[in-house]
Amino acid sequence: MSNTAQPVKTEETNRIGLTKKDYKGLPSTMCPGCGHNSISEGILTAFYELGVSPYQVAKMSGIGCSSKTPAYFLHSSHGFNAVHGRMPSVATGAALANRNLIVLGVSGDGDSASIGIGQMIHSMRRNTKMIYIVENNGTYGLTKGQFSATADVGSTDHYGLPNDQSALDLPMLAIISGCKFVARGFSGDRKQMLALLKAAIHHDGLAFLDIMSPCVTFNDHPGSTKSYEYVKAHDEKLHEIDFIEEKTEINVEFEEGTYRDVSLHDGSIMRLKKLDRDYDPSSKLQALGVLQEAFDKKEVVTGLIYYDKNSVDQAEALKLPQVPLHEYGAKELRPSKEALTEFLKSFK
Amino acid sequence: MSQKQKIINNFSVRIATANGTGSQSANNTLFKALFRMGVCASAKNLFPSNIKGLPTWYQIRTSQKGYTAMNRGAEVNVLVNKDTYKKDYEESKENSVVIYDSNIMSESDFHRDDITHYPLPLTKLASTHFEKPRLRVLLKNIIYLGAICELFKLDQEVTEQVIKDSFSHKPKVVESNLSALRIGVDYVKQNIIKKDPYYYEKENDSKNKNKIVIEGNAACALGSVYGGCTVVGWYPITPSSSLAESFISYCEKYRVSQDGEHRYAIVQAEDEMASLGIVVGAGWAGARAMTATSGPGIALMTEITGLAYYAEVPVVIFDVQRVGPSTGLPTRTQQSDLTMIANLGHGDTKQIMLFPKCPKECFELSAQAFDIAEELQTPVFVISDLDLGMNQWPSDDFDYPLHPYNRGKVLRKEDLAEMDTFRRYFSGDESHGIPSRTLPGTDHPLASYFTRGSGHDEDARYTEDPDAYRRNMMRLLKKFQEAYRVLPKPVIEGNKKAKIGIIGVGSTYDAIREARDYLSEAGIKTKYLRPKSFPFHPEVKEFIDSCDKVLVVDLNRDAQLKELIQVNIPNSEPKLRSFAYSDGMPLSALYLTRKAKELLNV
Repeated sequence: MSNTAQPVKTEETNRIGLTKKDYKGLPSTMCPGCGHNSISEGILTAFYELGVSPYQVAKMSGIGCSSKTPAYFLHSSHGFNAVHGRMPSVATGAALANRNLIVLGVSGDGDSASIGIGQMIHSMRRNTKMIYIVENNGTYGLTKGQFSATADVGSTDHYGLPNDQSALDLPMLAIISGCKFVARGFSGDRKQMLALLKAAIHHDGLAFLDIMSPCVTFNDHPGSTKSYEYVKAHDEKLHEIDFIEEKTEINVEFEEGTYRDVSLHDGSIMRLKKLDRDYDPSSKLQALGVLQEAFDKKEVVTGLIYYDKNSVDQAEALKLPQVPLHEYGAKELRPSKEALTEFLKSFK
Repeated sequence: MSQKQKIINNFSVRIATANGTGSQSANNTLFKALFRMGVCASAKNLFPSNIKGLPTWYQIRTSQKGYTAMNRGAEVNVLVNKDTYKKDYEESKENSVVIYDSNIMSESDFHRDDITHYPLPLTKLASTHFEKPRLRVLLKNIIYLGAICELFKLDQEVTEQVIKDSFSHKPKVVESNLSALRIGVDYVKQNIIKKDPYYYEKENDSKNKNKIVIEGNAACALGSVYGGCTVVGWYPITPSSSLAESFISYCEKYRVSQDGEHRYAIVQAEDEMASLGIVVGAGWAGARAMTATSGPGIALMTEITGLAYYAEVPVVIFDVQRVGPSTGLPTRTQQSDLTMIANLGHGDTKQIMLFPKCPKECFELSAQAFDIAEELQTPVFVISDLDLGMNQWPSDDFDYPLHPYNRGKVLRKEDLAEMDTFRRYFSGDESHGIPSRTLPGTDHPLASYFTRGSGHDEDARYTEDPDAYRRNMMRLLKKFQEAYRVLPKPVIEGNKKAKIGIIGVGSTYDAIREARDYLSEAGIKTKYLRPKSFPFHPEVKEFIDSCDKVLVVDLNRDAQLKELIQVNIPNSEPKLRSFAYSDGMPLSALYLTRKAKELLNV
């Protein structure tokens, strides 16, 4: 992001006076070269550059390699590493209990596309205000290389054995599940990932990011369709992206007429540079068509795939107050003595 | 009329209808009218897992001695269901009264000499007086209510007032119901000569003055509202759905602020795992949260309960038990989730349980459950059952709770400002194993920690270190073992010197209380301990020690309560005798009395 117009306080601090170090976590225990590490770096950079207070962030995850990563960024944020496939419901509870939290869910393709597929879909139906990242590598890493539900049929595992079950396309599933912000990135494309993450943080509702994240240990071989080589060779970008924050002077590199601006609810803008086709992310049908086309060709479409600006998040729909629910005590929550008397009277 | 001595307010009426025909409204009116007459009445709705057509029975017992347990068999049988009448008739008690719909049942089937028969042309009366087919079906029930009213001298004025109150917003419904009631009354007046000894009679008005009629589920829901619950995740399942639904309606009434803000969030989730997941997330973020379910739902919640136990997240879970295993008998009652819940979760897990016995305790213990969960930072199960949860019970008025909420050891920003370190899973010697927690969103550098279901040390760091693992597990054990300090104490009734003890939990109370009277009449003195919580207080051990024999009453096949006592109170086994019986029905006092004599060898 280029925001040269923003006055920079010192070389290293963001607008709330924190350095990038303040957004780091413990040293990663992922394998060297793992795509997940790039995503962790992207996440902490996005929060740092936007100047979001880490105290405001709740890091939620399930089980698997990806779900371990929240320990490796934003050490000053509360984290909750829940059980396998259940991150979305636990995140929903936290998001409702305290609307001020920025809920960041980190999951994997095992966690979300198999055991947690129901929770993933239903959190989209509820439109819980959260950023939902799937670090997608097509394999179960922690249990040593079994196929996940996003592995393409016919792709091989690290023993060379082919996958006999068809793959799920998560963005496609997200769109038909009612998700209003659906994007796909690639851990090897940091610029695009960062823009998508920043927009996701600003979205009012569930922002779904399917990020291709090659597993260097179990799924980075010639028979895989989730390897670095494969994704690099088959990545079809819908557009080049920049994210322009609210009140930031627009000063990005796209030429007039070659871009499409997508406004977020708070005035921030996703600027999408057209590539060879005129892609409209507000069209559900076009989005599904492009995904299906790519799926059939075993290509990986990246970018902001679908966006519905009329998104009302769950807490808003439930008319929740702005204050966290734990701030209320008996005075606000316990009905009066008269109410009890009246209640009892109706049961006489 | 026969010269038999009158039997007043001391008999049972059993009404056999088909599900979905609207008989519930007539039956509830009968129950409410008796209640308002000051009569001690209790009601059991025996319904099928079905929307329309399958048989359903409603049994109302009146008792001069104030007994409220269900009797097997009834003195008066009202047969309206043509699919079941033959069997119902054959099984009717000796010398009982049978009222039947003579239009749809064959007179030749009613052959018993011992029975007093009252044939009523219910179907014809309904079709003569009402045009719309649906009204004919519905109001047939009110016609039999009118007949009951006249036959047994149920106060007609009171009954009419109950109808008026029930449909106060629908004058047309009141009108048609009142006319149906009078059709039944008039038919009996003109055509039937009373030959039975059963009568309802108004009691002293003050008798039920400080009482209400309510379902346990509604009481639990109201208790949750008063207890400060703000987040609910739930999934429909009989017999717990009405608990969540009552909570919704009470929140709409009591929790919407003047500017339209909802101080509650209720999510009907996709399944029980998500329901509890939502509750765990909310509890972790500081809101008081609950879910309501039944046995199959508890089974599904097992893994997340283990997480909440190990990560020490306060949550409240209502289990309105039904008959298992598996789908079992979804609309019948049982107390059969006790051993499952006591150790719910894989690995070494121990869970807190509360056992209300009546709607008033449902209200009180539900509210208290949220204090206990936050104080102990662990799941708290409120154990109800279908009988308590879904039947209408006469209950003492609820008392207004005055105590402030106990939010437990939550460190705010101001607290952290005074501290050098914050150690999430460390508790000092004086803390009964309970550590302090912080809530996400706390604006302080010491506040954050990483919650996880994996191995962790005092500072919430991931570890597989043997010592750290064991220290943590032993602290959790200490927290559990010392939890009784904040749990409601057992209630003990009867003479302290008695050497025969009885122990039972929850809704078996009514049958045990009655059975103890029968035992006493037979010269067998007993005392009775009713635990209101698990883990047990030291009083339970003291009670057993003070007895020669203790009968443990279980509404399940496998003596689950006895097992909990045996496992948790070492060396208690030799004194324990087990009454463990379940067929889906509430416990019968007469059967319990008979078996108790055998089992105690007295």
